[in-house]
Amino acid sequence: MIKFKLNGRDVSLDVPEDTPLLWAIRDDLGLTGTKFGCGVGQCGACTVHVGGRATRSCITPVSSVEGAEVTTIEGLDPAGDHPLQEAWRDIQVPQCGYCQSGQIMQAASLLKDYPLPTDEEIDGVMGGSLCRCMTYIRIRKAIKQAAAAMQSKNSGETSNG
Amino acid sequence: MIKRILAGIAGAGIVGGAGFLWYAWYPALPKVAPPVPGQFSDARIERGRIVAAESYCVECHTRADLGGGPKLAGDYKMVSPFGAIYSSNITPDPETGIGNWSEEALRRALRYGVSRDGSHLLPAFVYDHFTKMTDADISDLYAWIMTRPAVHMTRRPNGFPLSISPRFTLAAWKLLYFRPGIYKPDPKHDAVWNRGAYLAEGAAHCGACHTPRGLLGAEKVPDETYDGGTVDGWIAPPLNDKNPTPVVWTEDELYQYLRNGVAPLHGPAGGPMSPVAHDFLATVPESDVHAIAHYFADIDRAAQRVSGDKAALQTAMEQSKRDLTGGTLNTDPDARLYQGACAACHYNAAPMPVLGRPELALNNALWLEEPTNLYLVMLRGLTAEEGQSGVAMPSFYNALSDHDMARIAAYLRRTRTTLPPWTDLDKKAAEARKLVEEPPVNSSH
Repeated sequence: MIKFKLNGRDVSLDVPEDTPLLWAIRDDLGLTGTKFGCGVGQCGACTVHVGGRATRSCITPVSSVEGAEVTTIEGLDPAGDHPLQEAWRDIQVPQCGYCQSGQIMQAASLLKDYPLPTDEEIDGVMGGSLCRCMTYIRIRKAIKQAAAAMQSKNSGETSNG
Repeated sequence: MIKRILAGIAGAGIVGGAGFLWYAWYPALPKVAPPVPGQFSDARIERGRIVAAESYCVECHTRADLGGGPKLAGDYKMVSPFGAIYSSNITPDPETGIGNWSEEALRRALRYGVSRDGSHLLPAFVYDHFTKMTDADISDLYAWIMTRPAVHMTRRPNGFPLSISPRFTLAAWKLLYFRPGIYKPDPKHDAVWNRGAYLAEGAAHCGACHTPRGLLGAEKVPDETYDGGTVDGWIAPPLNDKNPTPVVWTEDELYQYLRNGVAPLHGPAGGPMSPVAHDFLATVPESDVHAIAHYFADIDRAAQRVSGDKAALQTAMEQSKRDLTGGTLNTDPDARLYQGACAACHYNAAPMPVLGRPELALNNALWLEEPTNLYLVMLRGLTAEEGQSGVAMPSFYNALSDHDMARIAAYLRRTRTTLPPWTDLDKKAAEARKLVEEPPVNSSH
């Protein structure tokens, strides 16, 4: 039995240890927001957070996350209103949409490390997240908009408190 | 005259042979009744637990393959150049374990490498280190072992062809390489250093992996003490000033590594080192871990070498920033491969690397003589329980070919270190792959 936290909830699974985390999340736990792309950790569509770090779930065995905290797109914000998700809707980033939950999870990881990222930093960190519809320009814009929103929210909190 | 010389040689041979027989022969010690509940005080059992944790007894006396086995029941498979060796059951089961061993028998085993029945033990049981343990520690250890659950289990037979009597072969080995004796404090050093040395040289047997071994399996001491060795296919890096990382292992880095399984400026403990931190040194008094760290910071001459650290750190972080924000991404296909496979997690540009985002330019694996450890981490990944707790690295076993891994290794070595390139990278990638017995993750494509 493999136990971990998924989006803050304790889950336990009776599956083979070498099951990809992605399969466990989609097929066994029923959260299908995370997508299967290349299956070899080269496209970013399956990105989730493990311990807060962007992790390719298609090549991570589920046994590897025993005891860890896993967050998927469904758990990034309880109401789906993470500043990145708001910016994504506002700018209408997705085209076909398939890669977008992976893009948002990678971007959320990026903003923890670079609260106000430059174009080069966005390209550097997001370079492993591919989009066949070429929405890269809008992705970059949405990340900057979300970063600005988070900054003003934080500074507002600071000045209030 | 010739007769006399021959007689002299024969005489010396007889005396020597008799002396060797005397050296090789140990009596069986009497069996004792298995321990009964309440025989040992709780305080003594707790002290024994700490001694056992600092000796990693459970690690090598618990089966790891075939889905694992009961704790301390033995059958842990060790691959040696001479064949596979399976460890003994050291639970208090009287038939298959050591339930009828007296404290004296345990002490003799640890100090002289001799079993209760008088036979010599294989030096895979590292009595060259355990011999340094004090009587008090061994006594406490006895109390802890004898109060563990008894498990009736027999180990697999060793795949170890000894053509002549094991008793004499092992006695000869001991005559050549083994010097019994309790650790003697070094008056030139303070109590913390001596505590660290006592643990490191004795119970914790660091040299068993981190000192290279000769043809007959003995550690090459003292000439090559802590020059680095191998264990289970992994490179156990040098612990002395030959350690090649650009930022030295200071006492603080060593402490964090040993206690938490990750050193901020060196990376996580992978492979066989991970349980040393997480399963054992995380459970013992902090002061003991500090003492070991203090000792090795002296062994690797951290104080004398630390002056270059600031510059080395800056160089590493600047390199990382360059690669993140342009660099050769558009011109170097290897850099692209690295970005797709690795950079989504291994990016850095801040002045300091962040835990959970290891800076490869500082990582041990890139600075070692061979790419083995880098390959093994790529192939196996790291679980959330290994290295830094709570974060995981995927397994690239099915994601990268041997050639892909070779390209990434070559790229990292040439962009993140100042050392000469590794050679035969494709071949070594295939060899590393063979060390991973099963693909860690089911193929997803």
